[in-house]
Amino acid sequence: MTDRALAVVRAGALTTVQDLGRPGHAHLGVPRSGALDRPAADLVNRLTGNPPETAVLETTVNGCTVRPRSTVTVAVAGAPCRVAVDGRPVAWGAPVRVPAGALLDVGPAVSGLRSYVGVCGGITVEPVLGSRSTDLLSGLGPPPLTDGTVLPLGRPSGVHARVDVAPQPAPPAELVLRVTLGPRDRWFTPEAVRTFVSRPYRVSPASNRIGLRTEGAALERARPGELPSEGMVLGAVQVPPDGRPVVFLADHPTTGGYPVIAVVRAADLAAAAQAVPGTPVRFTAVRRR
Amino acid sequence: MKVLPVGEDALLVEVSSGDEAHALHAELLRRRAEGALSAREIVPAARTVLLDGLDAPARVAAELTAAELPPAPPRARAVVELPVRYDGPDLADVAAHWGVPEREVARLHAGTEFRVAFCGFAPGFGYLTGLPPRYDVPRRATPRTAVPAGSVALAGPYTGVYPRSSPGGWQLIGTTDAVLWDHARVPAALLSPGTRVRFVPVEPVGHP
Repeated sequence: MTDRALAVVRAGALTTVQDLGRPGHAHLGVPRSGALDRPAADLVNRLTGNPPETAVLETTVNGCTVRPRSTVTVAVAGAPCRVAVDGRPVAWGAPVRVPAGALLDVGPAVSGLRSYVGVCGGITVEPVLGSRSTDLLSGLGPPPLTDGTVLPLGRPSGVHARVDVAPQPAPPAELVLRVTLGPRDRWFTPEAVRTFVSRPYRVSPASNRIGLRTEGAALERARPGELPSEGMVLGAVQVPPDGRPVVFLADHPTTGGYPVIAVVRAADLAAAAQAVPGTPVRFTAVRRR
Repeated sequence: MKVLPVGEDALLVEVSSGDEAHALHAELLRRRAEGALSAREIVPAARTVLLDGLDAPARVAAELTAAELPPAPPRARAVVELPVRYDGPDLADVAAHWGVPEREVARLHAGTEFRVAFCGFAPGFGYLTGLPPRYDVPRRATPRTAVPAGSVALAGPYTGVYPRSSPGGWQLIGTTDAVLWDHARVPAALLSPGTRVRFVPVEPVGHP
């Protein structure tokens, strides 16, 4: 068969199609979505000669297995994992040729959580509001992959890969998130703000694409009640009534009523996307640039 | 107007009322349209407007702090009419909160012109204001695990219509067949911030 498509043999725990997301629609209640580990998604696109807006696969915990119907170049990066073609080990973090009908297995993450699978030509499911990303909060975009799903692939751009191997950061043993305080830090006691930027937290297993939830010291409020709903940004650290900070990731709601004590720097969110439950988390306050 | 920095490239502009937020939102959209403001997102909410993806947040903050808020623009936009059947399961509870007979809930609600103050919760879900404060109602003590799409609902000062089936704690007073969200349609959202809305009973109110 020569048609450009990818058959999903093993969907894995949660594998979704992701690209740069659909920013610009937050005023309609549409989350931005998009790849959680943006540098990793960018890298697999560069390794396969795709433009940066090309859709890739984002796996969670245990990878996925796919069978391309035509010969394609793929690359796997993000969470390190074993990669095999028809059972033979191939390189992770580098372009790999997968013959038509061969089985590409992306193994369980050895460390980190989310591996990215780039395919030359990209995944070309129908875009919604300009993006092919699966948004788990709103349900926009294609549903998460299931066994047997067939994904259409685009034509290669004809551009040669601009890198063949690339250094990548190892998933963090400790997640250090730089934050700028506010806009609602005054809703917390000074003691709570000190606790937030000095005490260790841990990544909660309840974390997902919507938010990185934490376990640790509850942050005490200086004032009770809810804020009138206000707009939320990527990286916002919202504190729900249980007092444990939640870092908003790509599928976060566009508005919310719990106070945002701080905002995590965008550059630190890729590491947040790879932090497994139980990973120690430290929030460290930095000045606004 | 109070301008709060949010992270590295966003600002939260706080005002003192929903009407001011409406006026500020309109003014910020105007500035963006004429090229005087570069923001990826302009997100109005209850008492704030969020500007996200700013090139020069410090400069925009200084400009806004110095600016006088112009009055809200005239109501130029057409009214979106939503056909509604006042048949919700919480109609009696809402009537009790309001201290009126059930069919009076329908008459008061259908007699109100609403405005989409902001969107959120789900794509195409608008928070509509227009009812006087004495008609605020609490959320249900126990949220429903599934509220059907098209449910017309009340909570706090807001009316909303569920664009799709989802869990929800609002008081359900009616049902509409209007399609609030269709991503294949342009525009996908029937309601966007600033849209004027009327609920038009499918059956004459008071003559079931």
